[in-house]
Amino acid sequence: MSLILIPIQLFLLVFVLFALSRVYLRFREGTITLRTFLFWSGIWVLAILGVLQPQFTTWIARKIGIGRGADAVIYTSLVLLFYLIYRTNVLLENLRHEITELTRKIALEQETRNKKQRTRSKKHGD
Amino acid sequence: MNQLVIVPAYNEAEVIRKVLTGLKSQLRKLGEFEIVVVDDGSTDETYQEAKKANVTILRHPINRGLGGALGTGLYYAKQKRAKLVVTFDADGQHDPKDIAKVISPILKREADVVIGSRMMKGAKKIPWDRRVIIWGSNLVTRLLFGVSTTDSQSGFRAFSRKAIQNIRIKTQEMEVSSEIFSEVRRLDLRVAEAPISVIYTPYSRKKGQSNLNAAAVLARLLLRLAR
Repeated sequence: MSLILIPIQLFLLVFVLFALSRVYLRFREGTITLRTFLFWSGIWVLAILGVLQPQFTTWIARKIGIGRGADAVIYTSLVLLFYLIYRTNVLLENLRHEITELTRKIALEQETRNKKQRTRSKKHGD
Repeated sequence: MNQLVIVPAYNEAEVIRKVLTGLKSQLRKLGEFEIVVVDDGSTDETYQEAKKANVTILRHPINRGLGGALGTGLYYAKQKRAKLVVTFDADGQHDPKDIAKVISPILKREADVVIGSRMMKGAKKIPWDRRVIIWGSNLVTRLLFGVSTTDSQSGFRAFSRKAIQNIRIKTQEMEVSSEIFSEVRRLDLRVAEAPISVIYTPYSRKKGQSNLNAAAVLARLLLRLAR
């Protein structure tokens, strides 16, 4: 492996290390679960491998029948991106649903309270 | 009181009191009804105006959309073990005189869900662009849920006890209209339609579902199904 990095490698390496540090920090403060931590660490470690050893991606590409390593990277990334967007959409939809449930609960409880108050004030004759 | 009229309302301060008064005077002839306004986080005086009419008000602290509001109303009805629920738009586009027609199939035990259809009579009065939207929605409803209806987007409907106890509303916005049909299919409920008249005023047109919105509603509906 040549130790002299071309500028794009250097830039990507710095960015990926930054991303990896974020993943670690979020995991340490408990924002993300172990599963999410492992998933993203895996992605970024693979990315480091691909940046430092571009032959590695070419090797994988050959194995699965794609000519160039860069193409293999782009295809996999696209599939992954689409899937993650879909997951995010589902998550958002669930979140919206939960907020509605909460809103509903608050509205119904408020009504029960109001009703109690009305009966009480009726009893006191005011 | 086991008969409810649910009125979902979002920023309808201008008209809601008039709508509620009209409802009340008609309902007196039909027996005992509880009117339940679901104030969907209105930012105007809708709540204060509805309060003056002395009805039950369920107030969402934040806006959740038509599906959220209808869901709250139906949940309330379920808790009260209501035997009949009518949903009625707050914007004044419905005529309270039509309620008798819409609830009749339920009272006769002929149906579990009755759709008040704007297309069965006087469809000519509906603006043509709106008619296209209604027609398209009916087609989608038939393709996705296998239920034929002449007005899948109508807000004027009636539900039997069986429907109230079993229908679960999960969507938040306008796609709730289609969700009701998927529930009809799932629960194998009997559907009937009743002709209703429609009062399109510049106000109700402005407030209703905008034409462009229809595409977004369809997209969300498909996302839900694909989940």
